[in-house]
Amino acid sequence: MAYTEEELKKELETKEYEYGFYTDIESDTFPVGLNEDIVRAISKRKGEPEWMTNWRLEAFAHWKLMTEPDWPNVHYEKPDFQAISYYSAPKKKDQYKSLDEVDPELLETFNKLGISLEEQKKLAGVAVDIVMDSVSVATTFRDTLAEKGIIFCSISEAIKEHPELVKKYIGSVIPPKDNFYAALNSAVFSDGSFCYIPKGVRCPMELSTYFRINQAGTGQFERTLVIADEGSYVSYLEGCTAPSRDENQLHAACVELIALDDAEIKYSTVQNWYPGDKQGKGGVYNFVTKRGICHTRAKISWTQVETGSAVTWKYPSCVLKGDHSIGEFYSIAVTNNHQQADTGTKMVHLGKNTRSTIISKGISAGTSQNSYRGLVQVHPRAQNARNFSQCDSLLMGNKCGAHTFPYIEARNNSAQIEHEATTSKIGEDQIFYCNQRGIDTEKAIALIVNGFSKEVLNKLPMEFAVEAQKLLEISLEGSVG
Amino acid sequence: MLTIKNLHASVEEKEILKGINLQVNPGEVHAIMGPNGSGKSTLSTVVAGHEDYEVQQGSILFDGEDLSELDAEERAHKGIFLSFQYPVEIPGVTVTNFIKTAINASRKGQGLEDMPANEMLKKIREKAALLEIDSKFLSRSLNEGFSGGEKKRNEIFQMAMLEPKLAILDETDSGLDIDALKIVANGVNKLKNENNAVVVITHYQRLLDYIVPDFVHVLYNGRIVKSGTKALAHELEAKGYDWIKQENA
Repeated sequence: MAYTEEELKKELETKEYEYGFYTDIESDTFPVGLNEDIVRAISKRKGEPEWMTNWRLEAFAHWKLMTEPDWPNVHYEKPDFQAISYYSAPKKKDQYKSLDEVDPELLETFNKLGISLEEQKKLAGVAVDIVMDSVSVATTFRDTLAEKGIIFCSISEAIKEHPELVKKYIGSVIPPKDNFYAALNSAVFSDGSFCYIPKGVRCPMELSTYFRINQAGTGQFERTLVIADEGSYVSYLEGCTAPSRDENQLHAACVELIALDDAEIKYSTVQNWYPGDKQGKGGVYNFVTKRGICHTRAKISWTQVETGSAVTWKYPSCVLKGDHSIGEFYSIAVTNNHQQADTGTKMVHLGKNTRSTIISKGISAGTSQNSYRGLVQVHPRAQNARNFSQCDSLLMGNKCGAHTFPYIEARNNSAQIEHEATTSKIGEDQIFYCNQRGIDTEKAIALIVNGFSKEVLNKLPMEFAVEAQKLLEISLEGSVG
Repeated sequence: MLTIKNLHASVEEKEILKGINLQVNPGEVHAIMGPNGSGKSTLSTVVAGHEDYEVQQGSILFDGEDLSELDAEERAHKGIFLSFQYPVEIPGVTVTNFIKTAINASRKGQGLEDMPANEMLKKIREKAALLEIDSKFLSRSLNEGFSGGEKKRNEIFQMAMLEPKLAILDETDSGLDIDALKIVANGVNKLKNENNAVVVITHYQRLLDYIVPDFVHVLYNGRIVKSGTKALAHELEAKGYDWIKQENA
């Protein structure tokens, strides 16, 4: 039987959660608003065990007491958290077994990006876990991975199938009360990816997830948990695209990485959420918490290419807990038209002889504002910690802005911290020089921007680098002239 | 090949060129000399099609075609090359990557496919050898940290790769020591044939000992005030530019 939205709202207001109003519902989108019942409903809908439900409720309790941060250098209308629907699932209930069963529209979106699943399959064995509107609809290559003992599945599945791992690690790097958006995510996360690499195993392929926001007015709350056991290695790719929307969409994801002793995690992101139109209307709010912990001699590398979203608030960070551990952050952030980005990293040096590297490239065009915000923190016990930071900004035109907010806190005298920063502008003389050599202006800008971003592009896996270059070109189309 | 008729051009509403006439035919080398501020670099920039420069009167014909409606890149596709007095830096873009992009952009403009990689590589090696450029140089960022000589040599390398019909060398000799000057001049001479033409813009006679012009023109106050053969360059060297200034005062 089908409910109307009115009936649904009424039911939600009146019914006690234990009766499970949701079980009979055919509509796959929850009514707007957030309260304990919604949190319970999400958990129940996903068939989660009680400990998970309680974990969510605890997070929700914290969230209620928190306020949205206003320190980032971004300005936007604060979302009305009671006007958002916190769960939306595709109509189909069963998992797809082959590509033929996947929604052709979804495949079309991939095709538009020039990265069809077919292509993905061909490309060096990339296993893709598509997260479309919050629920995994396809997982490939799982068998190959299973042979090595690697677990790569949706987080919902992991909660059911591998509760001991999830219970141990979820929230261990980003506690639910860490910040406003992390608390919100912890309470209402709809789905996401889970990955576990056993001791000493080198993951034979790049693991890849494509996210996509599909339904208007639905918030996207992804939760990703990657655990690399002792001496293991994994390279994880995350790419995001979102179709055009008029109203702002909220995206508040959490990504937690755990690199145990001697493990290495390489986490690469291409973020291309809808940035809004040229007048600054619409676009995704991207408020993301990403953090990894490195145990002894472990290494975590974050590489990101951020071209989308109306507002970005994102600081992939490393907690260098173990001695001799290494944290790296390589970032390209492009803002055009009215986009605003406040992004950077935190490197927290706790262990001895820990090292971190930060390379940030900000490109601003149009009337956009692009800020780098970084913290390098050396704790008293972190003997011989070393950090190198380089923040370069490239401006296009006279109306955009680039800002750098580097924070350094060194509480150990042996720390060596270096910070370099440059700001440059794409010059008309550079463009004319290229033009004279037969290169048109669009192509010239792409060439200059790619050159500027090269150190970071080089850190991306091959197939991602090509896509990222294309994305840079598309993002800056028509920005000069 | 190049026909300039009564060319008046201005930048930021200031008239710099005040009626230039010039005819360059295939197989010829022309030298344009003149004191600072006479409009030499403006002339080359206008021919190359810089959009900040406005042509108010007159015309520039290239192979009989009026260039006025063509963008700089379209002029390049037709075979016009400008060796810059101050080549710009493009960090992170290697010499090789830049020239590949330039060649394929020109080929695309001419309706051709990209040059096959092996052919490109062969051509790069051959032209690099011609200008005594080593392979390490080719993987450096374009003009970044280059010495004056390296910048100019790189300009001529690009010219060698692009094989233009008309090459304008704007003060290519400035910043070059005598050895570099010889290498650059030698390169230009080897690239010259009966189908292409070179316009050398220079302040000094020195370069013309190595790239020998068929015609020498003296530019002063936005006009060509004297034309002649190589002897004119020597005369200028002996008498100095004051001679021209006094004659045209």
